[in-house]
Amino acid sequence: MPDLLIELFSEEIPARMQARAAKDLQKLITDGLVEVGLTYAGAAAFHTPRRLTLAVGELLAQSKPTVEERKGPAVGAPDKAIEGFLRGAGVSKDDLEVRTVGKKEVYFAAIHKPGRLAEDVIAEVLEAAVHNFPWPKSMRWGAGNLKWVRPLHSILCILSDEEGARVVPFEVEGIVSSNTTRGHRFHAPDAFAVSSFDDYTSKLARAHVVLDAAERSDAIWQDATNQAFAGGFEVIEDAGLLAEVANLVEHPVVLMGTIDEDFLELPAEVLQTSMREHQKFFSVRSTKTGRIERFVTVANIATADNGATILAGNQKVLSARLADAKFFWENDLRVAKAGMGPWTEALSNVTFHNKLGSQADRIARIVALARRLADVTGSDANETEQAAGVAKADLSSEMVYEFPELQGLMGRYYAKAAGMSEAIAAAAQEHYSPLGPTDAVPTAPVSVAVALADKLDTLACFWAIDEKPTGSKDPFALRRAALGVTRLILENDLTLPLGDIISAAHADADASDLLAFFHDRLKVYLRDQGIRHDIIDACTAMDGNDDLNLLVKRARALSDALKTDDGENLIQGFKRANNILSQAEAKDGVEYSFGADIKFAEADTEKALFGALDTADAAIASAMKSGDFAAAMSAMAQLRAPIDAFFDDVKINADSEIIRRNRLNLLSRIRTTCGAVADLTRIEG
Amino acid sequence: MTTPALDTPRSFQEIILRLQNYWASKGCAILQPYDMEVGAGTFHPATTLRALGDTPWAAAYVQPSRRPTDGRYGENPNRLQHYYQYQVLIKPSPSDLQDLYLGSLKAIGIDMSLHDIRFVEDDWESPTLGAWGLGWEVWCDGMEVSQFTYFQQVGGHDCKPVSGELTYGLERLAMYILGIDHVMDMPFNDPSAPIPLSYRDIFKQTEEEYARWNFDVANTETLLQHFKDAEAECEAILAQPHEDPKTGKRIVMAHPAYDQCIKASHVFNLLDARGVISVTERQAYIGRVRALAKQCADAFVQTEAGGYKAAEA
Repeated sequence: MPDLLIELFSEEIPARMQARAAKDLQKLITDGLVEVGLTYAGAAAFHTPRRLTLAVGELLAQSKPTVEERKGPAVGAPDKAIEGFLRGAGVSKDDLEVRTVGKKEVYFAAIHKPGRLAEDVIAEVLEAAVHNFPWPKSMRWGAGNLKWVRPLHSILCILSDEEGARVVPFEVEGIVSSNTTRGHRFHAPDAFAVSSFDDYTSKLARAHVVLDAAERSDAIWQDATNQAFAGGFEVIEDAGLLAEVANLVEHPVVLMGTIDEDFLELPAEVLQTSMREHQKFFSVRSTKTGRIERFVTVANIATADNGATILAGNQKVLSARLADAKFFWENDLRVAKAGMGPWTEALSNVTFHNKLGSQADRIARIVALARRLADVTGSDANETEQAAGVAKADLSSEMVYEFPELQGLMGRYYAKAAGMSEAIAAAAQEHYSPLGPTDAVPTAPVSVAVALADKLDTLACFWAIDEKPTGSKDPFALRRAALGVTRLILENDLTLPLGDIISAAHADADASDLLAFFHDRLKVYLRDQGIRHDIIDACTAMDGNDDLNLLVKRARALSDALKTDDGENLIQGFKRANNILSQAEAKDGVEYSFGADIKFAEADTEKALFGALDTADAAIASAMKSGDFAAAMSAMAQLRAPIDAFFDDVKINADSEIIRRNRLNLLSRIRTTCGAVADLTRIEG
Repeated sequence: MTTPALDTPRSFQEIILRLQNYWASKGCAILQPYDMEVGAGTFHPATTLRALGDTPWAAAYVQPSRRPTDGRYGENPNRLQHYYQYQVLIKPSPSDLQDLYLGSLKAIGIDMSLHDIRFVEDDWESPTLGAWGLGWEVWCDGMEVSQFTYFQQVGGHDCKPVSGELTYGLERLAMYILGIDHVMDMPFNDPSAPIPLSYRDIFKQTEEEYARWNFDVANTETLLQHFKDAEAECEAILAQPHEDPKTGKRIVMAHPAYDQCIKASHVFNLLDARGVISVTERQAYIGRVRALAKQCADAFVQTEAGGYKAAEA
């Protein structure tokens, strides 16, 4: 059985797209082969900056012939119908078979389809794959119509077996398949022919191309760490960068260079960010001093001077970059040490949103809100206010202008340089957190207050100008802000009624609508923790639902209670009581909330239920008072047995109207008692 | 200290001359700079407009470019408010464009066996021109030396066929080749000429003058009026009927209209440098320039150079 080798050779494919593209190529081709019955033993895909390669091992040379049976018209049907059938099936009348179906004689045709040659199928499938390749972004070039990620130059496509290799012939938009490829752009630019996958990889290796990305990244990492180790250094791990760098080269050459002494005083994060973002360098730390003092760059070529020219060039570029960074850092420090005045002033010239004023206006709102929240988080009000005032000052700094990803972190450095407290400096960095469902939530009280104020201001303001998220559109990241507030409250166990604070944040914000938004986000958040949405509905229907912490405690307790046998059955009993009561109330046009009287109770179970409800009421009231939802839920669950016994034993619609009404009033007590814990009517199932 | 190879150019102008010769030898028409203030070589109508339509094209030129906000009074080693770009545009993009480009690096003294040349993903987009393309920034030893783009759309029109565009930042590239750390130290003509002139001799004073004017003196009310005037003139030109009543000929005035678009774009850059455009206004201004560029592109494809065929009328 032959092996198939495909290589699509193009101009440089973006590093970030290669791995995905190799997988897509494998899937498109192998799916297409299998669909027509061409099975194979194994397949593997590879990628370099200039090629996508697929090797399929032991492919069937031909698919099996198939026979399709087709039912035709009845014997004696009009000639026209029979002729039509023969034409469609591509057989003659003599080939037809007559079978009895039910009481009729019917013609049947057997349509024989010969097996298909692998090359024919491959040509078709590959052509379709080239035309429909799912690149994230593709382009046309020259005068052609073909779309590829960058211009596609050649397609190698061969089938090889013991007898040798043959090209699978086809043409896509002027590109004719062949058995040739090229090596490294500079080391081995000439075309060469290959006869199998092994031949291909070994010739590529000789032509200075490492085909396997994993092999490239392993080699880079190995060499980088060895070179670093030898000099008493360690490379700072960066898996994302390693993967990217490995896909920028076909022939990796690791070079370690020195960062000029002048720049070693820069914050480590600045060095690292500048080197990574601009130059794709790894940072290398001295094991002695702990400082970043070296860098590692990966070239795509081996040179006669062992990379000396390349390294010198890279070093020069880095020095120019870091000279900029140092210039920014020193300028920024001067402003910071003088109290950051110009930065906070500059923010008044920056529009936050045309309906919500400048960044300075926004900061003023956050300051006021943070001060109010200091009570909640237990932070010092003046310190919190000061922290909120400078938390975003670094947005005006030169360093953050150059490296937006350093916002917050630079704020921390600059607040410290300005002589502010550690708590204020920390808040400058931490108030942006949490940014997602999993990253760390700040716990320092000042940071928490500023983080809450920042997010609540954003939410209330955008609600006030009616810029709420819709569908997949959330340009101001309000869902993330709401989740952030939720996590800050829950994970710091804060008591923060949101209604008041929203109104305080912006008078025009519809607090109850925004609260409903919080409740929606809370459902998403708690769903991941195994709490059902209907349980949250049952709890948000209660008073105090703007205290998310209280709300979640109630929901967790209810969720736990419903997982017990008593809890689950209690819901059934409750629903039964509620249904009967609601129907009776609707029919009679009254509300049975007069209070049942035990003196009209006849059955023992009925009397027992009175007692059980009295007990539960007392227990629930005291549990709720101390915020012990678990105790309240368990007291409620205790009602399960008496309610079940009552329903088993007693007919609600008694003949005596007095007794009937008393029983309905008793059902009403069940509703009231349970209703003190959660709105169980919202529970589904 | 390594001795520079014989082949190494000795001055800024020699690098420019070599690029001119190289691209001339590859069949490009060597055009002269466009006679208006532009932010980049792409604005030259030889690129923006000629990338449209199906008429083949091959041109190369130096374009003085102005970015008022980048002014640093000539003190920053790498930043200038006035600098030069070298621009090549070939339509349809030839299949060996990458090799042609590498040949140009060789022509200016870059030894491919000693340097690390890389094509790193960089999608190009000009919001003001309503244009985008895919390609790379080309790195030489970690430094970006060129922008290499296959134009996909200009002025909202699909580019068919596709043009290949090469842009070289001349000062940066030359500094690298000549081993200069501060742009002002760069020899402009041959250092052994009877009167050797450095970049400083020619541009230090003008950088100072323009930086002062750009940042602090340019009259913003006048500029705002210029913007409105250019916008109005552009639209007025394009509103004219295609047939000229005087000559009776079909004359679509795409280029005069596009001049006004270029003017509006530069005025916007000046206003930006004066700091009078807020973040939100910025988008609106860019949108207005883009609208002009789009209308000019619409007009250009109605011209013969833009692929208009009389028979279609």
